[in-house]
Amino acid sequence: MPKLQSAAELEKYRAEILARRDPAKPCIAVCVGAACDGMDSAAVAAAFVAEGGKLGDKIEVRTTGCHGYCEKGPNVVVTPGDICYFEVQPTDVPEIIAATLKGEVVERLVYKDPNTGAKAVHMNEVPFYKHQTRLLIGDNPKIDPMRIDDYLAVGGYAALVKALTEMTPEQVLDEVKKANLRGRGGGGFPAGSKWETTRNAPEKTKYVIVNGHEGESAAFMDRAMLTGNPHKILEGLIIGAYAIGAQKGFMYTRHDMPLLEKHVRNALAQAKEYGLLGQNILGSGFDFECELHFDVGIFVSGESSALMRSIEGNAPEPRPKYIRTSVNGIWDKPSNLNNVETWANVPQIISKGAEWFTSIGSEKSKGTKLISLSGNVVNSGVVEVPMGTPLRTLVFDIGGGVRDGKILKAIHFGGAMGGSIPADLIDSPLDFDGMSKLGAPIGAGGLLLMDEDTDMVEVARYLMDFLVNESCGKCVPCREGMQQMLHLLTNITRGEGKPGDLERLEDLIEVTGVASLCALGKTSGDPLKSMFRYFKPEYESRISGGSAGK
Amino acid sequence: MSEQTIDGIIEKYRGQPNSLIHALVEIQHENHWLPRDVMHKVAAALQVPFAQVMQIASFYKAFSLTPKGRHEVHVCTGMTCHLRGAAKLRAKVEELTGLKDGETDADSRFTYETGACLGSCSIGPELIVDGKHYGRMTPEKIEDVLKQYE
Repeated sequence: MPKLQSAAELEKYRAEILARRDPAKPCIAVCVGAACDGMDSAAVAAAFVAEGGKLGDKIEVRTTGCHGYCEKGPNVVVTPGDICYFEVQPTDVPEIIAATLKGEVVERLVYKDPNTGAKAVHMNEVPFYKHQTRLLIGDNPKIDPMRIDDYLAVGGYAALVKALTEMTPEQVLDEVKKANLRGRGGGGFPAGSKWETTRNAPEKTKYVIVNGHEGESAAFMDRAMLTGNPHKILEGLIIGAYAIGAQKGFMYTRHDMPLLEKHVRNALAQAKEYGLLGQNILGSGFDFECELHFDVGIFVSGESSALMRSIEGNAPEPRPKYIRTSVNGIWDKPSNLNNVETWANVPQIISKGAEWFTSIGSEKSKGTKLISLSGNVVNSGVVEVPMGTPLRTLVFDIGGGVRDGKILKAIHFGGAMGGSIPADLIDSPLDFDGMSKLGAPIGAGGLLLMDEDTDMVEVARYLMDFLVNESCGKCVPCREGMQQMLHLLTNITRGEGKPGDLERLEDLIEVTGVASLCALGKTSGDPLKSMFRYFKPEYESRISGGSAGK
Repeated sequence: MSEQTIDGIIEKYRGQPNSLIHALVEIQHENHWLPRDVMHKVAAALQVPFAQVMQIASFYKAFSLTPKGRHEVHVCTGMTCHLRGAAKLRAKVEELTGLKDGETDADSRFTYETGACLGSCSIGPELIVDGKHYGRMTPEKIEDVLKQYE
């Protein structure tokens, strides 16, 4: 592939890709995302390739990233028509191929409602999908993440072309500011303001970073995006770098997912080959390189300043917050860090405009949000809904309610530093500020259902145990305070709690929160705070009675 | 793995102190642990103090300072796996292998570890052996899975 020298060349190449493709030709998309892969979807994909190969050119088989409905994996989607097959086994493959060639549907493999028995054949009829707005993850079934041409075929890099040819960096920045894009990694901080700080910093050398660490327990949407559609994030990053004036980018992600690494490496190499990375991108005069880094297995390295130390090759110890990474980041150069999902939103904001983006979502939280739905839920998976969607829609319409016919007790957001709210708050909207006020900030978007059997003291103990192991140890209040909280919580779960323990816990939450440098220590008490707010009687009865409360 | 492969990795990063983590990741990936003499070589080639190599190697959980077994058995203890019964899987693995978290058996067959979160929550609880995920695991199925790894 010769390097694309200009925007016109890219558009010509895109037209050629589309001309070569026949939309009527059946295509079978097999999900090999993290969950489907764990159910051996690779064997299903291999069977499709083997069977399909016998037919010559009649059928296309595509292995793709996560489709979303992980609960029912391995997932297969047949186009045209977006026919969804669930829990597909290699032995089902000949039947699916035969039916597809005849334009028929394999009835026994389509979605069947567990209560009514009603069938749903097409993606937009399946309850899990039909209540979603899949702006970011919707392309996943259409893309083989190893093929940049698939991304170009769905309009990929058109936003980059627009930014480089029709917009000045200031205009790009303005558009993102107007869109009120808020960081999807947890803070909900406006991305545009962050970009502006880095842009205005006096140093000439600037960096942009994709935070794909995703250490939050039970959050798995970022890796679904990054593994399934790496070019979307890369495109967002290049546009951001253009607006900020950065020359170099870093993708920081997990070391323990071989498929993710393979796809991202490949995407970076292909983008370079096509001239979308490197010197003089598409003849615009803009130069940008991107490097891949790994988290090497510790939670705190997802914290922005710790992450930057890690990229420098040091131990990931956070720095005090008064040193702003937007101005003094990697090697003390201005560094703008955003999470995977934030970057993934950038191309559509540039293509469709801030006005379109702000028409989606709630008053203060715009756009859609990716949610990892798991825990005691019927349908777990990766979900995308407009901000402001009531939790009830997420939990019941999409999630199908609680497993095994049990009753919902609590909804937990934000992993080990998040919070739990009781089931009666289920009509609250999904919104950065609203959820924070309730004590369960969205965080990165891991939503967990807990059923009536869940022991809330044990949940708090479990989360504290996780954080104790992940603290870097730099701040004494975090290192020692959490250890003490864990000790008290462990005693309570054993029925050895003493009067005054809850007050001691409240003291420890306060001190650890005030005197730790980074969010790990600062918010380590947040789950407990939410528990004291909503589930305190359970704690009190455990201390006085010693028996497991419900 | 051969000494040449390790030397090859080290050569690639010679004189680049900023690439310390990259070098160690690659060696860990190939060799499954970081022997002391190798870390000395890394320190000399990349021009970083040995103490710094040790700091990085001992801090990050992905690095191992002791030899590992031929197969790495991992039980995910993430929140969803926890809610869905990871503790029972742990107990069963511990019973079958006789190992505690982090240990390697005398025959170097298995190294057993727990950790969170591997992001396959939808199919939790799960067992991971040498990077292969076994989703929706039950304690009863574990023995058959482990038998496949000698």
